[in-house]
Amino acid sequence: MTRASPMQSSEEQARIAGAYPQFFTPDWRIRAPIIGGFAAAIALFVFGFIALDISWGRVWAGFGRLGEFVFLMLPPTYGDTNLPFDFLKSLQETDKLMLYVGSMVETLAIAFLGTLFAAIIALPFGFLAARNVIPNIFAHFAVRRFLDTIRSVDTLIWALIWINVVGLGPFAGILAVITSNFGIFGKLFSEALETADTRPGEGIISTGGSGFHAVRFGLLPQILPVFVSQVLYYFESNTRSATIIGIVGAGGIGQHLYEQIKILEWQHVSFLVLLVLVAVVVIDFISSRLRFAIIGTNALKR
Amino acid sequence: MALAVPTLPDHQAAALAAAYARVVAVKRRQTMIGALAVIVLVYVASFYGEVDLAKLFGNIGSFFNYIGRLFYLDTGAHVFTNPSEWFWGITQKSKWLPLLFETVMVAYLGTVIGFIGALCLSFMSAANMVKSALIRNTAKRFLEFCRTVPELVFALIFVVAFGLGPLPGVLALAIHSMGALGKLFSEVIENIDMKPVEGLQSTGANWVQTIRFAAIPQVLSSFVSYSLLRFEVNVREAGIMGFVGAGGIGQELLVSIRKFYYSDVSAILILIIVTVMLIDLGTERVRHKLIGRESRWS
Repeated sequence: MTRASPMQSSEEQARIAGAYPQFFTPDWRIRAPIIGGFAAAIALFVFGFIALDISWGRVWAGFGRLGEFVFLMLPPTYGDTNLPFDFLKSLQETDKLMLYVGSMVETLAIAFLGTLFAAIIALPFGFLAARNVIPNIFAHFAVRRFLDTIRSVDTLIWALIWINVVGLGPFAGILAVITSNFGIFGKLFSEALETADTRPGEGIISTGGSGFHAVRFGLLPQILPVFVSQVLYYFESNTRSATIIGIVGAGGIGQHLYEQIKILEWQHVSFLVLLVLVAVVVIDFISSRLRFAIIGTNALKR
Repeated sequence: MALAVPTLPDHQAAALAAAYARVVAVKRRQTMIGALAVIVLVYVASFYGEVDLAKLFGNIGSFFNYIGRLFYLDTGAHVFTNPSEWFWGITQKSKWLPLLFETVMVAYLGTVIGFIGALCLSFMSAANMVKSALIRNTAKRFLEFCRTVPELVFALIFVVAFGLGPLPGVLALAIHSMGALGKLFSEVIENIDMKPVEGLQSTGANWVQTIRFAAIPQVLSSFVSYSLLRFEVNVREAGIMGFVGAGGIGQELLVSIRKFYYSDVSAILILIIVTVMLIDLGTERVRHKLIGRESRWS
């Protein structure tokens, strides 16, 4: 099959370009704001670079040291690879392993309890902040701002505050995760409630059901899968934040991570990071399986 | 008009009712098992989490006391009676305002570097742009690693490598933003209209040209919109980078909390919250504009 060659002669090209200038010259009304926007972003970047007093010398030296650390991190271990094997030492090493795994379990416990109880406590507040449940504009505005304020304070700061109340340890971490997630869930729940379809509830009322029946059989089946999937999603993200609250002393693996980095035990650091990675991947796998099971594949892909 | 509700004969209705009861029973059983599993998990987790409800309820008053104390000055007066004393730090040189500026700048630089990294890696990890499964999976795993390790852990390691100051904070945020944005970007790329791509490939354009003229015009506005959202998240994160010495106002906040400078804690928190809110408002308008003109970008 012979096809017409897409190549035109140069005068042919010039003729076409002359005939349809709108396709062959850039439209500056569209292009100028894009180029202007990026130029402004780059200018701000350069300004920030200078304002933060970042010198290239430090950057390169730092990357050199970082490369060294990565080299020292291999292979990840919980023991001491430099000494020859002996029985007593291997017992101590097993102790260390148990300590690390134990604090990983603690981290998971913090994330699990924190997420679950934040969701339970946030449920009534989600109803209060939803426009279609509480028609009073002042009430839901007040609840919303309250939730916003709680949400904008980081988990780490809540952990510091709770340490003052219940002392150092994982319990403070659990309470911190509960507090900061309470704000997030309250907002998410209220949004889910506002987008819920009211017709099933109306149908139930029209067949003689009570208000309770309308909520139980009309509203709850719509929103419960959404709630559960959001909670499961946040469980994974909380596992990650629970790994760092140990830095301020609120339990979990973060404390060991912090100590091992401070004493430059890089092999232990990489072992702990690996432990966190594995835990997060496992949690991610389980929670996405559960989400699929609860709300179905199609609903998730929306 | 009389409505006749159709009723089935008893034996048929009974069979249907039994079937319904069976289905409901199965569902109930599943719910019961799920609830039981959750209860067992809660019990085990509260053992490992050292949950002590007695301590919590015994001391819950001190939590609310603490929150209340945040709004009183050292003199015992309410903060609202003397705002200049409350926000004393913003008039000081190299105190709160410069530190707040540093926080925002750390977040901005981190976002920009993360954006550039994500731009490169997202095209490499998109299934419709790269044929080689090896390159794609390597890029995907790398992005996954970058967003799974918490920012603060990167910051801790970078503080040792680069020294104290905003630089490790910038890099930690950059790596995390790259991981998070890279995933979102590659999802956007995988959903583009492939016809322009095929059109360009048929004219003999190379890979870079195809991406520049077929893919970028379709994805740029979503990319910028996601990055603006990320910037807001990063400002929040940069606020705590100072906890490990990686720049920003976090250091000042940590010192205030540790040393019980109650009114300083609330003042710094309010400064951070207001900054995040302003950035949220500013970027929201830009994002709405971007989404509106998405179809017009060419």
